[in-house]
Parts: sequence; structure tokens; C-alpha cells
Amino acid sequence: MDNEVAVATGDAMEHVEYVESDANPSGDTVGNVKSDDAFISAEDVNVYYGDNHAIKNVTLEIGRQQVIALIGPSGCGKSTFLRCLNRMNDSIDSARVTGRITLDGEDIYAKNLDPVLLRARVGIVFQKPNPFPKTIYENVAYGPRIHGLAANRSELDQIVHTSLERAGLLKEVKDRLDEPGTSLSGGQQQRLCIARTIAVNPEVILMDEPCSALDPIATAKIEDLIDELSENYAIIIVTHSMQQAARVSQRVAYFHLGKLIEVDETSRIFTNPQHKLTEDYITGRIG
Amino acid sequence: MPATTLSILLAAIAGAAFFLGKQRAFAVAGGPGNITKLHSLPGYHGYFAILCALLPSMLILVLWLVVEPRVLTALTIQSLPDAQRSMAPSELDLLVNNIRNLAAGDVVAGEVNAVLTNASQRIQELQETSRRLLAVTCIGIALLGATVAWRRISRAFRARNQVESVITGLLIAASSIAILTTLGIVMSVLFEAIRFFREVPLTDFLFGLEWSPQTAIRADQVGSSGSFGAVPLFTGTLLITAIAMFVAVPVGLMTAIFLAEYSSKRIRDVAKPLLEILAGIPTVVYGFFAALTVAPAIRNAGEAVGISVASESALAAGLVMGIMIIPLVSSLSDDAINAVPRAMRDGALGLGSTRSETMKRVILPAALPGIVGGILLAVSRAIGETMIVVMAAGLSANLTANPFEAVTTVTVQIVTLLVGDQEFDSAKTLAAFALGLILFVVTLGLNVVGLRVVRKYREQYD
Ligand SMILES: Nc1ncnc2c1ncn2[C@@H]1O[C@H](COP(=O)(O)OP(=O)(O)OP(=O)(O)O)[C@@H](O)[C@H]1O
Ligand SMILES: [Mg+2]
Repeated sequence: MDNEVAVATGDAMEHVEYVESDANPSGDTVGNVKSDDAFISAEDVNVYYGDNHAIKNVTLEIGRQQVIALIGPSGCGKSTFLRCLNRMNDSIDSARVTGRITLDGEDIYAKNLDPVLLRARVGIVFQKPNPFPKTIYENVAYGPRIHGLAANRSELDQIVHTSLERAGLLKEVKDRLDEPGTSLSGGQQQRLCIARTIAVNPEVILMDEPCSALDPIATAKIEDLIDELSENYAIIIVTHSMQQAARVSQRVAYFHLGKLIEVDETSRIFTNPQHKLTEDYITGRIG
Repeated sequence: MPATTLSILLAAIAGAAFFLGKQRAFAVAGGPGNITKLHSLPGYHGYFAILCALLPSMLILVLWLVVEPRVLTALTIQSLPDAQRSMAPSELDLLVNNIRNLAAGDVVAGEVNAVLTNASQRIQELQETSRRLLAVTCIGIALLGATVAWRRISRAFRARNQVESVITGLLIAASSIAILTTLGIVMSVLFEAIRFFREVPLTDFLFGLEWSPQTAIRADQVGSSGSFGAVPLFTGTLLITAIAMFVAVPVGLMTAIFLAEYSSKRIRDVAKPLLEILAGIPTVVYGFFAALTVAPAIRNAGEAVGISVASESALAAGLVMGIMIIPLVSSLSDDAINAVPRAMRDGALGLGSTRSETMKRVILPAALPGIVGGILLAVSRAIGETMIVVMAAGLSANLTANPFEAVTTVTVQIVTLLVGDQEFDSAKTLAAFALGLILFVVTLGLNVVGLRVVRKYREQYD
């Protein structure tokens, strides 16, 4: 892949006029794939499900304390790319990942890297809230327990409380920690899942359409939460809502048919998209 | 008229009714282009005609065949000479039987005399008349039905609704056959058991410690009155069931865990059908295996370490039964594990759990109700299993918890009580029904609870 165009023009962005997509048939990413303070960096990543080439030559850097939104039409590979970042694709038999992804300089697909430990560092929140069929307390305590983060019960209590607090759920559930997690409302369940994820104290949080099953109020709460969390974590969020991407993210990456078409600062993407496909998508001309 | 001719004729009438009905429906509509004017499609009118032609005549046919023998017998008896008519009912029965056998050309007990031949000729004649009458009636009614149906065809006639309601009726009748049969079985077992409990008090049966059901079969025989304490049978059943579950639950569960979570798709594709085949082996084959291979092996092994083992032992039967039940446990557990949503698995993995942590802490607890339900079903299967224990567990009703001794089970005793020529009103044979009743109640209870647990659990995620 020939990324030099985009990479080299990174600093000179303001001065370069981008041509329309038809003049850019190789499908190179336009915009700026680099990040000042790169924490995660993906180089030439390809993902195949059997013969299906789901991610094609994606190169992208993601900074610390940054929220980046992945957008694009359904089936374009957003979830697939997201799941590469904590090797959740390992559990899919047919999936094969090539290329290089590093976390803080460390190759996460290296032979001697334990994906279990990686996933403790790169937490994930799914589209549908999936609390375990356990109590609210046990849901949050699950991660700290398996990773031995708490030396005793009071430390564990502490972690559970802080996590629920930071997920903005503590007030609603502090008197019912012994009730099953599934007894909460959808929005509360999703915040419980976020609490469960941050209880492990990850460095990166991946979110795959975390609000798509939620009403606007619950969505607003989670968006606030993302804002707050971004002070400490790198957050990568897949969303179908342009408004949401505009509200929570600093950068936006637009995927199309497995290719990363355009990456740029959020305000730029939404006001002045460089690529025709991006423009079509955000103006509602592509599904 | 032979039965085949009658069937062919009826079928022909039905076919004709269908076509004529359909044609008339078309005609009433005013040609194929105007079918929408009809309430029901022409085909339904045809089917309605078939039903009108066949259903009443079939009903008559069945009733006739049920009633005919009784009427014929009564008529035959009436025609017998006075000497025979005044015989005792049981001898008269015998005579009638002989007459019937002779008429049908079967073997006749005793000599054939004039009375017998006359009567058998008479019954043959009667039969022939009856059949002729039947044929005429059936065909007449079929034609009548078809005509009525044909005349009812009109644009507004709701043939489809009529046909559908008849079909619904047939389906209900079919499904009630199974239910009614079950009900009948339960009732007959219940009544026989009640007869038994008139002779042997319920408490003696349920709490008595000695089982030796040898009663005098005929009134003139000397013999013990038998003792019907079923506790040794219950303990024997429990012992064997416990051994079986001890084998089947861990092995089955681990198989299920392996297949659901750890095995590659290739292994799963081979292993699952293999297990299903294992489940399809007739239990009598397991019985051979238990009696001829496992039991001697256990005895030899026991001798080698200085334990005396009976040649038919609870252990042998239990082990083999356990092996038999493994597929049941593993496939039900596998279902339960697979019913845990993928999201649960992903959630656990995404938090950095290893596979085994995911299994132990998330999937198994979530699948537990389903697994428990499956185990209850397996227990009920083990309790009701007969063939293996008949062949491998022995017949002696020992009250023991020692797996190396021979024990006997409820099912084995039912079999031995009813095998051979028995009088069906002695306490000995009636005891089998009492045991059957207990077995039925226990397994039914386990099945109900097990199925409920399994189903409740399924609903949780759907
Ligand atoms: N488990 C899988 N096995 C095989 N193919 C898959 C699998 N998951 C995704 N794919 C394929 O990979 C491609 C990208 O899917 P992906 O789920 O990443 O899309 P997406 O952008 O997240 O879409 P959506 O917005 O609908 O969630 C699709 O063509 C899809 O069919
Ligand atoms: Mg997706």
C-alpha cells in the first residue's frame, strides 16, 4: 500500500487540495492517519474471513487520551477492525489477520504475547449490553477477580464502587448490588458493562456501537461518560450516528468496503470531507 | 363383496366426487376466469365433496365391524339346539369359539360334530349377508354424501372453512389417540395396583425390608404368602442409578464442554454423530456387554485385589448403564452450553478471561439450570432402564449398599414377576403393577421437573 501521499502530506494538510475519489482509484486513505501521541498503531492490516477479504490494507494510528470514531456503512468492517485491536477475532475460526498492530510499541500479534493479558489492557464494550447472569456486584468484580487486582474483599468493594461511580451507575444501583445484572434497564446494563470493563483498569476501551440499543437519555449519559473516560483512556468507538461521532470524538475514520477511506479531525471530516465517498456518506447518500 | 372391492369402489366415488365438485364449483363461478367470485377455491369444494362421501361411510364401516361379531354370536347362539343353549356360560363361550374357528377354517379344539358344523355354516351365511349389507350401505351413504355436497356448492358456500374444520378435527383425534392411550395405561396400572394394595398394605410395600414375592399360584398349592417389602428394590435401583450417574455425569459433561468450547470443528463434526450413534445402540446390546465382558472383568479385578465380587454385580450394571447414558447427558449439556449466548462468551473473553475461566465462571453457571435439567432426565432414564439390569444386575433382592454384590431393581422385578404363565390376580403379579405405578410416578416427576428446568432456562435467553 502506498500511504506516503497521506502520510507525507500530514503536516501540510492545509495546503493540499484533495481530488475527488474517482481520481484516487487505488483507494489510499486520505486525511491524516498519523497521531501526535500514537498509542495504538495499525500498519497494513488485512483481515480475511475464509475467502472474504473484510479489511484491506488499513493503516491507522490512535493517540493516547483520544476518542476516535469509526464510521461507515453496514458491513464495511468497522467491528472487524475494532476486534483486531484486542484479538477478539482469535475466537472466530475462519478469521485470519495479517499486518502489524502495536500497542505502546509492542506487537500485539507477536507469538509470545498472551491475548488474555492483552484483553485486560484493551477492554471492549459490545453493541448489545451483555451482563453476566450474576449480581451487579459480581459483574463488576469479575474482571478484578480473575486478574487478581484486589488483595482482599474491601479492596474489591472499593474497585467495584469506583468503577460503578465512574460509569455513572452507582447512584442508581448502590442499594441493589445483590440483584442480578440482567434486572437493570438496557441503558443501565450498558453502563454496567462499561463499569465492568473499566474495573479491570484497561488502557484502551473499544466500543462497538455501545448506544445502538439505547434511548436518547441513556445515550446522552453514555456519551458524557465517554467524555470523562477519554481523560484517561484511548477510546475507539464504532457508531452509526454522525451526531454521536461529532459529539464524542476528536477524530473520525471512515471505512468503506473494508478500506479505510478517510481519517481526520472530527470537525474537518464533518465540515470539509476530502473524499467523495466520505462526503456521500455523511450527507446521507450512502446507507 | 370382498373388502378390496369395497375400498376401490369407495375410492372411485371419492375421486368422482372431487372432480364433479370441482367442476361444479367452476361452473357456479362462471368459468375459470371468475374464480374470485367463489368464497372458496374450487379445489376446496372438491375436497369437501370427498369428505362428505367418505367420512359418514367410514364411520358406518368402523361401527359395523365393531358390532358385527357380537350380533352374529348372539344370532348363532339363538339358532343352537336347546341342549347347547342351556350350557354354562363358560362352556358356551368355548363352543362359540369353536364354531368361529371352524367357520374361519382354523384348528378346532375337540371333535367336530353336527351341531358345530351346522352352527358354523349358519355363521358363515350370516357373515356373508352382513358383508353384503355393509357394502350396500356404505356405497349408498357415500353416494348420498357426495350428492348432498354437490348440491351445496354455491358461490357463497364456505367450503374451505368446512374442510379446514374437518381436518382440524382429524388432527385433534390423532393427537388424542396418544394421550388417551397413555391415560388408559396409567388407569389400568393404577387399578391393578389398587387391587394389590387391598391384599398388601401400602405401608408394608413401601417400607418393608424383605422382598420375596413367591406366593402360592394355585389355591391347592402349599407355599408362603410372600413378602412384598419393596425397599431392597428401591435401594438396588438407587445404587445402580447412582453408579450410572457417577459415570455418566462427569464424562458426559466433560465431553460436552470439550465439544462446545475446545474441540476444533473437524473433531466436533465426527464426535457428535458418533455420540448419537452410541445413543442409538439397543440396550440389550449394552446388556450383553455388561453381563459377558464387564461383570467378569470386575470380578477378576476384584479377585486380584482380594475383594469378593458377585458374578452379577451392581457395579457392572451401573457402569454400563452409565456409559449408555453418557450421550444423553452430553447432548443435553451441549445444548445448554450452546444456548448460552455468544455475547456472554465474548464479554468474558473481552475482559481478559482465559478459556477455562470463561467456562468455569460464566458459561457453566449460566448453563447450569439446563445441565441440571438434563441430568434429571438422565436419572429418570436410568431408573426406568430395564434390559441392562436384567442381564447384569441379578435377581436377588439384597438390601445393601455394596456395589460388588448382586442387587435387583424395580424394573427387573417387574419383568420377572410377569414373565411366564401367571394368574393375573395373584398378589405376585399384581405386585408388578404396584411397582410399575411407583416407577411411573417417580420418573414422571423427574421428567416434569427436568423438562421444566430445561425449558425455563431456554426461555431466559430467547
Ligand atoms: N464472524 C464472521 N465470520 C465471517 N464473516 C464475517 C464475520 N464477521 C463479519 N464478517 C464479514 O466481514 C465483513 C465486515 O463485517 P463487520 O461486522 O466488521 O461490519 P461492520 O462494519 O461492523 O457492520 P455493522 O455496521 O453492520 O456492524 C462483512 O462482510 C461480514 O460479512
Ligand atoms: Mg459491527
